[in-house]
Amino acid sequence: MIGLLASPRFPPPEFTETGHQLPGFTIPLPRGPLLEHLDVVVLLAALFLAAWLTLRHRSRRGLVALGIFSVLYFGFWRKGCICSIGSIQNIAQGLADSSFGLPATVLVFGLAPLVFALLFGRVFCSAVCPHGALQDLVLIKPITVPGWLEQGLRLIPYTYLGLAMIFAATGGGYIICQYDPFVTLFRLSGSVLMVSCGIGLLALGMFVGRPYCRFLCPYGALLGLASNVSKWRVRITPDTCTQCRLCEQTCPFGAINKSTVETPSRTVTMDKWRLAAMILLLPVLIGVSGWFGGVTGKALARKHRTVNLAERIFERTGKVPDTILTTAVFRRTGASIESLYANARVVRDRYVLAGRLCGVWIALVVGGKLITLAIRRKRHDYEADQTRCIACARCFKFCPQELQRLGLPIPEGAPLMPPS
Amino acid sequence: MKRRDFFRGVVRNATAIGLGGMLLGLIRKAKADGTVWQIDPWKCTQCGRCATQCVLEQSAVKCVHSFDMCGYCRLCTGYFEPQPNKLNTAAENQLCPTGAIFRTFVEDPYYEYKINEPLCIGCAKCVSGCTMFGNGSLHLQIRHDLCVNCNECSIARVCPPDAIHRVPVGQPYKFKSREETT
Repeated sequence: MIGLLASPRFPPPEFTETGHQLPGFTIPLPRGPLLEHLDVVVLLAALFLAAWLTLRHRSRRGLVALGIFSVLYFGFWRKGCICSIGSIQNIAQGLADSSFGLPATVLVFGLAPLVFALLFGRVFCSAVCPHGALQDLVLIKPITVPGWLEQGLRLIPYTYLGLAMIFAATGGGYIICQYDPFVTLFRLSGSVLMVSCGIGLLALGMFVGRPYCRFLCPYGALLGLASNVSKWRVRITPDTCTQCRLCEQTCPFGAINKSTVETPSRTVTMDKWRLAAMILLLPVLIGVSGWFGGVTGKALARKHRTVNLAERIFERTGKVPDTILTTAVFRRTGASIESLYANARVVRDRYVLAGRLCGVWIALVVGGKLITLAIRRKRHDYEADQTRCIACARCFKFCPQELQRLGLPIPEGAPLMPPS
Repeated sequence: MKRRDFFRGVVRNATAIGLGGMLLGLIRKAKADGTVWQIDPWKCTQCGRCATQCVLEQSAVKCVHSFDMCGYCRLCTGYFEPQPNKLNTAAENQLCPTGAIFRTFVEDPYYEYKINEPLCIGCAKCVSGCTMFGNGSLHLQIRHDLCVNCNECSIARVCPPDAIHRVPVGQPYKFKSREETT
């Protein structure tokens, strides 16, 4: 081992003359477990509060206040770590690697928002996640993203999720944390690239609602899936929808589904054919994407430190002197090159397997999207999309039924239903 | 819509059961206490990346001194430049780029070397000098009053000998000591 000495070169002195006492180490301690557990308590309390504010109290103002608290506490005070978005990587590594010790705090941070999404929808995104709350606060003049672009960009988070799981499960690092744009802002330091990404996304977020949450966040994708089957859901109207269309344009995130009108029968037949084609396409898509995932996995494996080191050692052995620190250090440790190659092969095989699984996952996501686009669903009311709605409560006050419930003045000509 | 709600319920309960199963699987391995990052000083190669790769403006890695290993040398290779003009405390003779090490006379011929931590940038220049020619009593440690405990330490990601790992929060340091050398 490097630096190990059989005996000290210069024997430590006795100090018989002065009787000098050796000073000890100063030991600044990390945050105690008590404070770690406090984070969990704050998270759960904030989740309950967010659920109550969106579903029962229906208060946008309360959510803004909670959002500011989350940005201050989870963001600036806790410096963005540990966060729920990143903790799914720890969980993935914990599931894949049996020797990986997972702190209970991380487990709760990863799973609690998911459980809440199954029950109440994406209340975590609304005001508990500091990333989401920060973007929500800077949104001043939302523009509508065209439908085709929105649908296309919304596939990115699923792909990102798949990639992050490959890297986390194979021990290749946590890319969600590495490329987190906002954590640099919370810490007020970081690489130039990530700081400029964070500032750029915030600037974009002034006009495009929550760009990170909608088009990048891998955890948001997961919560969206869970929210799709949630027990309770965010409702725009507290009572009955009167089809007044006042809420139609109010969602800055394009998450309000319009009520559908009857379609002519010819289009319906066309749609049926399209749906059949899409369902038949799915297995082909899975096969191609799975194969491609395997190839990509093999390429991605080069980012893993063991594979990277093995490749560099292989390139240099007997040909070029070790000018690179990692290879020079490896040779100084005197470890066997053969065992390094063997380890690298194991890691690369794991990457290929994970890449294939990721390919299948992406095919399922894309295929599922094509199928849902081909399905024409009848909707009688204006309602929040289960997957996309992040429960920000902006639309509530545009509903005349809600204004009536609150006893506020109602815009002229708005149709009303008697409260049931 | 009844049928749709039924299917949603089925999927929801299946997901909940799945999550529960995962939780049961993980909770047996889960640790009640958290972990923090720490450097294994015996693996450290003094590459200097600790000073630049930390996410903090001022690296959380600092040099610490294991006094029971120190030879209290008058010519300290962790303190002085390789070929100093004179063995005095003038800045041009010091190895530390920020002058973070100060020495006090104890008794002839012994000097005590201490680290002024706010000045230390964790560059490991002194560690390198001490390890190569001295007893190796100077070494790097992650200071937990500064470390924000990132989910993935950005220094660990690029550490050539892979010397940085998570340790239990109850034993947050890996100081060098004289016992380990024998």
